[in-house]
Amino acid sequence: MAQSPRSPARSMFGSLVLIAVVIGGGAAAFAYTAGWFSPQRLTPDRMVDAFTPPGGKPPLGHRRNHAKGICFTGVFEANGAGSALSHAQVFTRGQYPALGRFNLGTANPNAPDATVRVRGMGLRISTPDGQEWRTAMINAPVFPVSTPQAFYHLLLASGNKDPNAMKTFATAHPEIAAFGAWARNAPWTGSYAEERFNSLNSFIFTDNSGAEHTVRWSLLPAAQVVPISQDDLAKRGPNFLEQEITERVHGGPLHWTMVVTVANPGDPTADPSRAWPEDRRTVNVGTLTVQQIEPERNGPCRDINFDPTVLPSGIRTSDDPFPAARSSAYAKSYDRRTAETKYYPRTAAEAQP
Amino acid sequence: MIAGHQRFNPLQRSLHWLMAVCILAMLFIGVGMVSTVMPKYLTLVSIHKPLGIAILVLALIRLAVRLRYGAPSLPADLPEPMKLAAYLSHYALYALMIGMPLIGWAMLSAAAYPVVLFDGVLLPPILPQSDSLHTLLWDAHFYLAFAFFALILLHVAAALFHALVRRDGVFDAMSPVPIQKEVAPAE
Repeated sequence: MAQSPRSPARSMFGSLVLIAVVIGGGAAAFAYTAGWFSPQRLTPDRMVDAFTPPGGKPPLGHRRNHAKGICFTGVFEANGAGSALSHAQVFTRGQYPALGRFNLGTANPNAPDATVRVRGMGLRISTPDGQEWRTAMINAPVFPVSTPQAFYHLLLASGNKDPNAMKTFATAHPEIAAFGAWARNAPWTGSYAEERFNSLNSFIFTDNSGAEHTVRWSLLPAAQVVPISQDDLAKRGPNFLEQEITERVHGGPLHWTMVVTVANPGDPTADPSRAWPEDRRTVNVGTLTVQQIEPERNGPCRDINFDPTVLPSGIRTSDDPFPAARSSAYAKSYDRRTAETKYYPRTAAEAQP
Repeated sequence: MIAGHQRFNPLQRSLHWLMAVCILAMLFIGVGMVSTVMPKYLTLVSIHKPLGIAILVLALIRLAVRLRYGAPSLPADLPEPMKLAAYLSHYALYALMIGMPLIGWAMLSAAAYPVVLFDGVLLPPILPQSDSLHTLLWDAHFYLAFAFFALILLHVAAALFHALVRRDGVFDAMSPVPIQKEVAPAE
């Protein structure tokens, strides 16, 4: 081996420094990637934390949002028309088992029904090819804001004690006006059965020829909408909606028509706060039938994450940034609540006082 | 262990360096994906799952190759504590290479998520849905990932120490190309 011109001691010192630099650099790069140097990075943890107002207690054992709800089972019957848009098996004419959950858009599992404006439906449709289509929809026709970052700031503003926080937020995010108008003016109903549930986010359907269609979808209720004032709903009791839907399904199955709306080029596919024009092509792809109400606490929905990015081949996410944000936050909510089952055991008898 | 050879054979060296790239990428993708809500979250998750299964398959092949061909012996003058550290750390690396993908797969199974590798290609669940198992596996996957990375840093530090300070041929045994002239057996 060639003799180094440097002294062996200096050479060894240099080698040790080099090793330290390599190891330190590797550790620093890892920490940077993990976000440890980036307190401003919007992480799933920060997003989920924001659902609990400062000083509040998170709903241990429950979903961090849409915490109040009731489960159902039923069937999705595809009429075959959706096959023109997507090669997913779920659109091939036939019947596929469905599992879902009616819910209220609140982080409080005990919120009185009449205090919650947004109602939702989580849905999972399973097909014989082993694939699943999970979606979580709400009754609002548009989402309040354009980006996940704006949604995070909306959560912070709504949990802020400063009376001007929401006004400041609305000035910075004027797109919230459309949602606000719906919240103020749209009629309330006295039943989950009378709600229309909308995907709001856009997704891409791929058909058999490989052609892609950017779409949103909605479930349109077969039940007659009977408007009710918020005050009258409050008088019916804090848990009226669960009792009502249980009785109604007991009397016979409920139906929703699934309608897929196809975007035109140039439509705001990345922004769920903006509706698409009314004249867009729609395709009625089938009917959801709710056959049975299942218990929330120990029912089949309890441990299902209605992650809107669990999609069959033939459906994928679009340029809409929300499904990714929702998926990351829903997973965090799921990881937390499934680790907290002692606070929300499967049987009420096991519950702590 | 089969003694008498100086270097790992070309198959072993290829597997080592291919897996080094995969595992480092995997660990960075893992910590990166759980720290963002941006659209890249989905991209990273969609790489993490098939890459994890690829690592599992490669690790099983590598284990078989290692059992068949063995490894060069450590230098006789290596202090006993370092020898012990070398043996134990390699057992731990093999355990993690095989264990982490299995834990991840089991964790997704326990949460009743479909385990999607590619568009339309699914793996079967290897566990029934279970809150308690999911939590246990999630914790294991999370903390073992950091342990894995720490072990890799230790492995790299030791490799460089052999290469630069001890210059005892241990690094050369796994280096992609020989860095030292083959030292003729002494005596």
